[in-house]
Amino acid sequence: MRVVEKRQLLSAEEIGRTLSRLAHEIVEKSGGAKDLALIGVRRRGVPLSERLAKQIRGFAHADVPVGTLDITLYRDDLSTIGQQPVVQSTQIDFPVDNRELVIVDDVLYTGRTIRAAMNGLFDLGRPRRIQLCVLIDRGHRELPVEASFIGRSVQTSDTEIVEVRLQEIDGEERVVLVDRVP
Amino acid sequence: MLQRLSHLLGTETLSSEQIAFILDQAKPFQEFQRHPLKKLATLRGKTVALAFFESSTRTRISFSTAAARLGADTMALQAESSSLKKGESLIDTVRTLEAMRPDGIVIRHASSGAPEFVARRLEIPVINAGDGTHEHPTQALLDALTIRDRKGKLEGWNVTILGDILHSRVARSNIHLLSKFGVRITLCGPAMWVPRELEKLAANVRVVHRIDEALDGADVVMVLRVQTERIHEPALAPDEYIAGYQLTPARLRLARPDALVLHPGPIVRGLEIDSAVADGPQSGVLEQVTNGLAIRMALLYHLIGGAAADAPHPAKDRSNASD
Repeated sequence: MRVVEKRQLLSAEEIGRTLSRLAHEIVEKSGGAKDLALIGVRRRGVPLSERLAKQIRGFAHADVPVGTLDITLYRDDLSTIGQQPVVQSTQIDFPVDNRELVIVDDVLYTGRTIRAAMNGLFDLGRPRRIQLCVLIDRGHRELPVEASFIGRSVQTSDTEIVEVRLQEIDGEERVVLVDRVP
Repeated sequence: MLQRLSHLLGTETLSSEQIAFILDQAKPFQEFQRHPLKKLATLRGKTVALAFFESSTRTRISFSTAAARLGADTMALQAESSSLKKGESLIDTVRTLEAMRPDGIVIRHASSGAPEFVARRLEIPVINAGDGTHEHPTQALLDALTIRDRKGKLEGWNVTILGDILHSRVARSNIHLLSKFGVRITLCGPAMWVPRELEKLAANVRVVHRIDEALDGADVVMVLRVQTERIHEPALAPDEYIAGYQLTPARLRLARPDALVLHPGPIVRGLEIDSAVADGPQSGVLEQVTNGLAIRMALLYHLIGGAAADAPHPAKDRSNASD
């Protein structure tokens, strides 16, 4: 099985513009930045949530706390896989009770990661509302989960993979669609 | 990445990479202890057998709490009520437990080597919760985690262990673990409890019989409980032990000013340790207890979790794979 790049979905500039738009949408639809907090899902949701928070702080002049969530312990496939995945730390150093939380992830696919993320957040308290922000929505949902803020919706086939590459993690900045070929 | 652990029998047979992995994996579970809602469903449907053939309070509670917080069920066998009292052999007892299909078994036994004996005969993961005078690996792991947390790292410290080293499985597990990280270990206590041969146990181990010399320059002082129940002929009268080896505030001043004091518990105040030291700012005793939960949760997650060996269809699942 080989992996080939089919096309670029977003350039570095387009990622920047998209995040800027998403930041404004989040503040607008959350009734301001008061009570707002962003939760980045490991791994690539983390730098995305930090970038969004920085933008919001810049134009809304409000302190938006950012937390990091690892969903490993909440996955629904742990009893079916052989070796247990490594657990990373969850760092949410503020009370989530009565907060307007926005979960931030790079790609929305089956919806299972987001289901796990919501379970993880409920263990920390009772947020007033949870919304979801993703850079790419690629379809193929297996659960009734939809995003409130979407960077770009992309039609994909089952064998394709959306790769979000971010400077902080991958040393480059773009989103590409790749395919697995036999 | 990491060679898959199938059992945890001792620290002697673990590599330093495996130990570092377990300590790293305990970190998210340390954070978890501060959650308002301390209940996961991660090991829902799994069962952990707790076979304590020797009485235990804190280790048994720690394991059962760790299992409960991960969502696993436990079945407990207690020494006092066990069929051992009726003459059943160890292997028959554990085979009976195994027939109830637990996903792992935690064993404490008065005989050194009992967990390994069981591990060779059962299909499920075995965790040693203390065997005779041999090993108590989860205690050494939680001690290492406490040292790493309080002092920033594990490597290179001077660690002094005080007490009855010869009969202590806690000391033995700690010596094997710490020596893999370049820790210089000083063992100190009455000569009949700290024979010179213990220096051969691992690298960087020295035996010192004078406490002042043993504490000089120590970064960590581990105080062991004087195990009156394990020693049938008290080799030393309590006041002699107190005079020679009790960790007092004055003696602790011989160690480094920021030296960390550890004790595996239960503490016998006024015997091996002075209350002012046990409750003082340098004591890590209560962190050790909390860290024990984190270590045991990490171990149960990695050893008991996942598909059972005889699972019919190891499902291929793309759903949680990150894109």
